[in-house]
Amino acid sequence: MNDKAWLALEDGTFVAGRACGASGETGGEFVFNTAMTGYQEILTDPSYAGQCVVMTYPLIGNYGITAGDHESARPRLSGFVVRELCKHPSNHESVESAGSFLKKHGIVAIEDVDTRALTLKLRDKGALRGIISTTDGDRKRLLAKAKALPTMAGLNLAKTVTCDKPYSWDEGFKPADKQLHVVVMDFGVKYGILRCLTAMGCKVTVVPCSTSAAEIVRLKPDGVLLSNGPGDPEPVTDAVETIKHLLAERVPLFGICLGHQLLGLALGGRTYKLKFGHHGSNHPVKDLETGKIEISSQNHGFCVDLKTLPSAVKTTHVNLNDGTSEGMTHGTLPAFSVQYHPEASAGPHDSRYLFERFRGLMLAGREARSR
Amino acid sequence: MPKRTDIKKILVVGSGSIVIGQGPEFDYSGTQGIKALREEGYEVCLINSNPATIMTDPELADRTYIEPLTPEYLDKVLSIEKPQAILPTLGGQTALNLTVAAAERGILKKHGVEIIGARLETIRKAEDRQLFKEAMKKIGLDLPRSIVVTDESDLKDVARDLGFPIIVRASFTLGGTGGGIAYHFEELRQKVHTAFELSPVKKVLLEESVLGWKEYELEVMRDCKDNFVVVCTIENLDPMGVHTGDSITCAPAQTLSDRQYQEMRDDAKRIISEVGVETGGCNIQFAVQPQTGRRVVVEINPRVSRSSALASKATGFPIARLAAKLAVGYALDELPNDITKATLACFEPSIDYVVVKAPRFATEKFGEFTLDTAMKSVGEAMAIGRTFKEALQKALRGLESGKKGLAGAEPMDAETRLQRVATPTSSRLYHVKSALDEGVSVERIHEVSRIDPWFLHQLKELCDFEKTLPALPLDAEGLLAAKRLGFSDAQLALAKGLPEAKIRAARWKHGVRPVYKLVDTCAGEFPSSTPYFYSTYEPEGDALHAAGRKTSKKKAVILGSGPNRIGQGIEFDYCCVQASKALRAQGWQSVMVNCNPETVSTDYDSSDRLYFEPLTLEDTLEIIAAENPTGVIVQFGGQTPLNLAVALEKAGVPILGTLPAAIDMAEDRKLFGAALKSLKILSPESGIADTADKALKIARRIGYPVMVRPSYVLGGRMMEVVYDDPSLVDYVGRALKAATHPSLLVDRFLADATEVDVDAVCDGKDVWISGVMEHIEEAGIHSGDSACTLPPHSLSPAVLATIRENTRKLALKLKVRGLMNVQYAVKDGSVYVLEANPRASRTVPFVSKATGLPVARIATWVMMGRPLKKLLPAAVLKGGVEPPYTSTKEAVMPFIKFPGVDPKLGPEMKSTGEVMGLDADFPRSFAKSQEAAGMLLPTSGSVFVSVRDEDKPQIVPMARSLRQLGFTLVATRSTADFLNRHGLETSRVAKVGEGKPDVVDLMRQRTLSLVINTPSGKRSRADGYAIRRTALELNIPCITNLHSAGAAVHAIAVLQGATMGVKCLQAHYESLPYSVNI
Repeated sequence: MNDKAWLALEDGTFVAGRACGASGETGGEFVFNTAMTGYQEILTDPSYAGQCVVMTYPLIGNYGITAGDHESARPRLSGFVVRELCKHPSNHESVESAGSFLKKHGIVAIEDVDTRALTLKLRDKGALRGIISTTDGDRKRLLAKAKALPTMAGLNLAKTVTCDKPYSWDEGFKPADKQLHVVVMDFGVKYGILRCLTAMGCKVTVVPCSTSAAEIVRLKPDGVLLSNGPGDPEPVTDAVETIKHLLAERVPLFGICLGHQLLGLALGGRTYKLKFGHHGSNHPVKDLETGKIEISSQNHGFCVDLKTLPSAVKTTHVNLNDGTSEGMTHGTLPAFSVQYHPEASAGPHDSRYLFERFRGLMLAGREARSR
Repeated sequence: MPKRTDIKKILVVGSGSIVIGQGPEFDYSGTQGIKALREEGYEVCLINSNPATIMTDPELADRTYIEPLTPEYLDKVLSIEKPQAILPTLGGQTALNLTVAAAERGILKKHGVEIIGARLETIRKAEDRQLFKEAMKKIGLDLPRSIVVTDESDLKDVARDLGFPIIVRASFTLGGTGGGIAYHFEELRQKVHTAFELSPVKKVLLEESVLGWKEYELEVMRDCKDNFVVVCTIENLDPMGVHTGDSITCAPAQTLSDRQYQEMRDDAKRIISEVGVETGGCNIQFAVQPQTGRRVVVEINPRVSRSSALASKATGFPIARLAAKLAVGYALDELPNDITKATLACFEPSIDYVVVKAPRFATEKFGEFTLDTAMKSVGEAMAIGRTFKEALQKALRGLESGKKGLAGAEPMDAETRLQRVATPTSSRLYHVKSALDEGVSVERIHEVSRIDPWFLHQLKELCDFEKTLPALPLDAEGLLAAKRLGFSDAQLALAKGLPEAKIRAARWKHGVRPVYKLVDTCAGEFPSSTPYFYSTYEPEGDALHAAGRKTSKKKAVILGSGPNRIGQGIEFDYCCVQASKALRAQGWQSVMVNCNPETVSTDYDSSDRLYFEPLTLEDTLEIIAAENPTGVIVQFGGQTPLNLAVALEKAGVPILGTLPAAIDMAEDRKLFGAALKSLKILSPESGIADTADKALKIARRIGYPVMVRPSYVLGGRMMEVVYDDPSLVDYVGRALKAATHPSLLVDRFLADATEVDVDAVCDGKDVWISGVMEHIEEAGIHSGDSACTLPPHSLSPAVLATIRENTRKLALKLKVRGLMNVQYAVKDGSVYVLEANPRASRTVPFVSKATGLPVARIATWVMMGRPLKKLLPAAVLKGGVEPPYTSTKEAVMPFIKFPGVDPKLGPEMKSTGEVMGLDADFPRSFAKSQEAAGMLLPTSGSVFVSVRDEDKPQIVPMARSLRQLGFTLVATRSTADFLNRHGLETSRVAKVGEGKPDVVDLMRQRTLSLVINTPSGKRSRADGYAIRRTALELNIPCITNLHSAGAAVHAIAVLQGATMGVKCLQAHYESLPYSVNI
């Protein structure tokens, strides 16, 4: 019960707390997430591979783990930091407690931590490398371990979370009058994206991120969705090549998060690392076409520098908090993408219209081909 | 869209008197709204009958009409002001209802006024149960099954259809008035009947019960561009069936998964767009079936509300301010987030703490009631903590109900305990705590109470830890563990059997001190510059807290008044806000401490630094230690800070203004008696007793009737007039059981005396008599429940001179620095002091509005060391310069909310709020005050007169006037005979239950338009009760004392003779013989 745990960051921060997940030691880039609900989605979101997530909301685990809300088969993050993990969750859909889930999946987690103080540090200094340990309470050793961790930049984390082989997804399928086939390039795809596709009647095939353009085209997709995923887009070079080919083939493309960054790279742009990224579900994004604001779910540490893109690429969405670009579309090619998460999970459903937009793009493509 | 330029002038509608269900939150929202509109360059006028508000301060709106909130008066204001728009969404249900009524009568159209903030159809769709139901059906949302009835037949079929229990709701009433839960047919019949009496539109909704379901509220905003944000989610600890105002609630929602919450958010978005709220805030309530997750919409409020005030304080997101901006055409993405200054208002706040709100009940006045869908609480405390457990403990000690945090209830057998757990009452939580302590399982408690197990487990964790307290070592580790769970020093002291000071000393020795974190709307994601803090026990506080502490300015901490309650209401918050203004105007830094989310004082821009904290010795000492102020102001927040004054001073805290010793001198009967004697000031003979024998001895010495009360109480709690020995013995028994201080004051009761309230400011050399108010009701009725008039309307110059002189002498003797209030009784030309309080009184805002002089601000400046001579013109300081118009204050009573309570006035205060009538002379201003209080004095019809024998001679001239004014007189046998003997034709009616029709029947038939009933001895008490209660429920004006009856007769004469006019404060002030620019 009162197992101790410690946390150390590369800047010298050292905090003692209580273990509330698996025993052991873990390390990664520390980021904070400001969502007040959706810890289960965050835990199972493959985009967090290599990261330790600090939840700013202090009470985590209140409704336990619910069936049907996983974003991937298992948690992919490196570690979890909370103020208080709930021992007695309450919800009619709850199947187990968050603590037991963490233990079962070997995720090292620490509670009783001043998560606000930690968050302010990450905000002011930027994402930091760090260690959580339930086995070693020595400050110096932990600090040294934290400093020895690799930085996120330059790591191809997508290939660690992509699927081994293609599979089809039919959960949440609702028939529509015109069935479209979407191939999803899996860089660490969230189930939420797949559920949104099947919910509008798409047949969905998920392929590993190393799949070549030729193989994808052979699947005869109406469109390809470039999924979200963890880490730095730049080292994911083979996928960038694939996307270039798909663009040349005029396959309708929809990029989300890492997929958006990869599309940016394929179009000739550059990406850069944000200080502490956007991780939460309350980010206001303005759709420049309609002028409407959507409250969006976000999770990214890197960003596309739109100035580096050819003039045919237009910014479609901007973040109202910091003015960063959140979406783009190509003037002549059937490709668009957003930096945030239209599938939400966790987060508000304001941006799900983008899937409809993708559907429109695919239908237009199908019509063009039939002409 | 940018702001509208076709509008130049806007009329804001206030919410009138504080009543249960409509509290100070609308002063907060109205004040924010008016500021926001003026900031945009609009000319703003205001109509609100409540003088005790910041919003009616003459400097807030351009033109301030303190006039009754009726369509007739609104019409008059519109005729003068001719605004282009009217904004009703900041003034609660009162403002909405008034605006709808004015629209329906064509008044708005006549003046070409547009409703902004909400369209008429929107208000109707949200408020009319049937229309709302249809709208929800249209968008496919689930609702509790329900049936609207417009008459009282057919109830049997409806009952069969819905199944018991059935929820009864009256349309268009506030705080759920007229609603209830019916468990069987007879109850249904009664409740429907009452609901019909109360619903202005005569529609009653009967609804499938969702009792025991989980209850949620979403505070949302939508703008003209269809941008939608959820500002805050709230989950109630008390499940469905208890009005949300009476529930313990927390923010954010705790037990919804993201998917469940987002689906609820989707529903909210569709609801607000279907109902058509497109320029403001809206509150949406949902119920969730705990086993299946079925979610139904309960109701919506297309306006700011108590919950939106709570949401604003809980998140830092200023809903009312933004609602006002949206109403004039702005979109959310065109407005900045005031807290971060760096981001925009178009976002959803994320919070990194837990907020708990706990309701405060008037149990001490009206007893304990089973809670239902009609709100009964009078105020609330909010607390912020890093965990639910910490926040709950803070909220509970912030209530000042005697508990120092989560505590148990009185011992009882297991079966009774479980019943108390099952029944929602004001003390249920304490019974739940006891049940957990007694070993009842969480499952069993959930089964009978339906409180979600999540909350119960949280409570259990506190109970479990509490059991370890006696053995807990008072070292750093032990203390920190307790503090992190929110245990107060007082709780630890109780468990350890040590004085609280010892715990504090141990804590300080080990360096276990709170840190202060920021409420920043964004969970730390962006830097924020708004100093709005809460305490917690974590390793680190926010940098902004540390940075702002150091200042070259002088600094004062203002201790606020805590939860609203009867006897300590919005008046004190008004004073605290004024004090802050005064400090800032002189270049001081003001630091506000309060835990009441409904108030202006807890608005982050009312002070330089805001601490949202309970007002206990522990919490205030820590803040004072962190701030190190020049001084602390304790005299504005009512009894709450005053009760801390001595202990604060003892702890070495510098008190600004009157010192605690003087406060003690005024409260200690012996010291005060000696002071009066030395000043040769009269006071009723009195004595102090701690036993029945001593009380009897005193009573016999000074003679009956006597006024008895426990010492050290607020709002006349347990104050009674006693006429004989047996009643006195009975009283002493009851009082000693209830009192915290085992001493009782026994005073000679001055029957039939005129009571006078005096407010004064003293700087140690000079005394400024800021207001002399003559009560309408005779002495013996609590001053807070009395109507009063300024200037006095019947006191002789000699009496007035004595009153002024005595006040002057007393203020100097008590060494007052700042405010003082003295109450006098005048009988046969002699002036007796009843009591003196060297602190802000309830009448300070009324006096300020009546005279145009900012009394609380001047008092603050005096406390800061500025002499009155420099602050006031010589003529004003000298006194006796009165306004050439009359102001009357009238109290507003909550009796309608408490079935079975006798609606009569007495020495114990029961009113929740007040209204003000201003006009050229006393009868007119009195008439206005009555209209504003909802007492619609008739100009024709029948008057029922029933007075006790002592009053009979005095009723004759009044009865004669009423006859002359064209009224017919009705009375029961003895009064009728008496009046007939005096040549006044009076028809006879049977006493209650002594024949048909009896007086109650006449009331029900609406043949009586006014009731004058003075309560008498035991014999006819039941009869009087039935008359008063019936009058109350049928809204027939009922006057229960002769002085008021006399004033009413004069007012009726005025109402018959002329139409009443309206005039704004600013115009009234132009007629003053002095300048109000101070």
